[in-house]
Amino acid sequence: MATIFRKIWDRHVVAERDDGTCLLYVDRHLIHEVTSPQAFEALRLAGRKVRRPLSLLAVPDHNVPTSPDRLEHIEDPDSRKQIETLRENARSAGITLFDIDDVRQGIVHIIGPENGLILPGITAVCGDSHTATLGAFGAIAFGIGTSEVEHVLATQAIWQKRPREMRIEVAGDLGFGVTAKDVILAVIAKIGAAGGTGYAIEFAGDGIRRMSMEGRMTVCNMTIEAGARFGLVAPDGTTLSYLEGRPAAPGGAQWESATADWRTLRSDASSRFDREETIDASRVDPQVTWGTSPEDALPVTGVVPDPSDHPDPAVRARRERALRYMDLAPGTRLTDIPVDKVFIGSCTNARIEDLRLAAGVARGRKVADGVTALVVPGSGLVKRQAEREGIDRIFTEAGFQWRLPGCSMCLGMNPDRLKPGERCASTSNRNFEGRQGPGGRTHLMSPMMAAAAAVTGRITDVREVLKG
Amino acid sequence: MIEKFIALKAVAIPLDRSNVDTDAIIPARFLKTIQRTGLGKGLFHAWRYDENGTEVPGFPLNRSACRKGKILVAGDNFGCGSSREHAVWALMDYGIRCVIAPSFSDIFYANGLKNGLLPVRLASREVRGLIALLESSPGSEIAVDLPAQTVTGPDGAAHPFDIGSFPKECLLKGLDEIALTIGHEQDIARYEREWKAKAPWLFLDL
Repeated sequence: MATIFRKIWDRHVVAERDDGTCLLYVDRHLIHEVTSPQAFEALRLAGRKVRRPLSLLAVPDHNVPTSPDRLEHIEDPDSRKQIETLRENARSAGITLFDIDDVRQGIVHIIGPENGLILPGITAVCGDSHTATLGAFGAIAFGIGTSEVEHVLATQAIWQKRPREMRIEVAGDLGFGVTAKDVILAVIAKIGAAGGTGYAIEFAGDGIRRMSMEGRMTVCNMTIEAGARFGLVAPDGTTLSYLEGRPAAPGGAQWESATADWRTLRSDASSRFDREETIDASRVDPQVTWGTSPEDALPVTGVVPDPSDHPDPAVRARRERALRYMDLAPGTRLTDIPVDKVFIGSCTNARIEDLRLAAGVARGRKVADGVTALVVPGSGLVKRQAEREGIDRIFTEAGFQWRLPGCSMCLGMNPDRLKPGERCASTSNRNFEGRQGPGGRTHLMSPMMAAAAAVTGRITDVREVLKG
Repeated sequence: MIEKFIALKAVAIPLDRSNVDTDAIIPARFLKTIQRTGLGKGLFHAWRYDENGTEVPGFPLNRSACRKGKILVAGDNFGCGSSREHAVWALMDYGIRCVIAPSFSDIFYANGLKNGLLPVRLASREVRGLIALLESSPGSEIAVDLPAQTVTGPDGAAHPFDIGSFPKECLLKGLDEIALTIGHEQDIARYEREWKAKAPWLFLDL
């Protein structure tokens, strides 16, 4: 009686040490320009080779500019150097690269699924904590450091200790104006930013089953913000419909054998979990963060909390610090907080469904005076699809900027960043101090909520905007 | 690239904050390097310096008694956030070889061990006690003994800690884990043969 996580894990064990640490075979390895150069360099110094180059996909995403002139010129010499280094490493090792002039280029966690590289039952790693996104397909996918990237390049395997397992049941239906992003923010607020540390989290229940693959990816993406390296959802009809016909997905007779196998990838009814949590999706309101940790999420109808209300002195100190950084006073209604910038993008919320939802709010409205709003599609393919549907025009007519794909203002490694003191409604995943630029202030929310903030100039309950 | 770690007696720096994230340890704009070295200048940049680049006087790393600190004592969930190993490289480049906290993010903990930065988990009560001692007498030393798995505070009290037997051995001997794994090459190759036959779709190329 095993969980899906255990079933996939057990299939991948190549060897086991006395202390229970397992050498897991790695099926897919994705790399980007920021966390891979030191791994290739170390490999070269040790005289080692990339063991299975065709298991890899390389893409520049973190520091690429999103302005249209990026093909002619990348101003920042350090960014240019990292992109060139990735190109050279991919070329010399025989690794497929989606370069910045390739329509398939985009955020690493978005392009893997889009091209059918991420399948149920596989193991996938990337030097990036948001690799958990890929668990939405019923895969063991996790973020690793650069030393581990080097290890996987050299051996196609990685040593891991079996994590504990948690099951989070998302019961009921999501309400009007409520999306996967709101569900995961509510989950993080409930279990805390370290609540999932040491765990793999399986998301289950009606609320998850009725979500699209895009929504499931958003949920799994942010499991790391609850401390868990792994988030996953058992594959079902929605998963198979998404995968069928994608470039690297199996076809013909192989598709039949593969899907027969994938149907066995679910947690048996009597599986035991180390921890179980339930969240009633029908009672989740659109969420907004007020502080500097993703756990600081509240319903948009709420007010900024008073740190002195908390019994734990360490939590009080952290919250006081967060309010000082965010320049907010306890008791302020969240909907009274004005914003300077709006960012719709990132590996959390830059897939086609996210852009459709945000466009639904932007349609026929205008970005408020004094607000700068950016839409950064997650990949060239998402961008092309959105343009076919006219979504780009909805945004540009409303006064949003329509950019080229990349990580962009999620972490401000490229020129898209906040200035000190600027406040941003953002669909990204982290509201840490300085995350979007030194001194910048981030409020995390869904794409619909961010679009609503753009058109009103303050944090807004999207349900009010849509009701008109 | 692991640096040996056996024992260390050094000035310890108290950082009484929880959820110290990797963006705080090393902001993203410092990650635009293809080297592992030189990252110490970006360590805790937004906390160490004001917007003019002047040192913030109260910040623990800037206190004169803490300048030679090699041990950091911090709150819960240290190293949460991104997988950037640059956080560990920045700490080590600055001179930190050991971080003591009640809890760490999983990725930071693993990254520390791979480089020879020892992450030590102690109970919250013990960490609070150490921070109080370090705050009341800045510049005090802490002794870390990996073979004995103990941390000895400025007051002479010893605190035992847990660490896996394998990472401990790697740290003590400075072992190259990749070389050890290459010793399993036959197992890896056998695994590939078996699964290529069983599930060929796992080996499709783009």
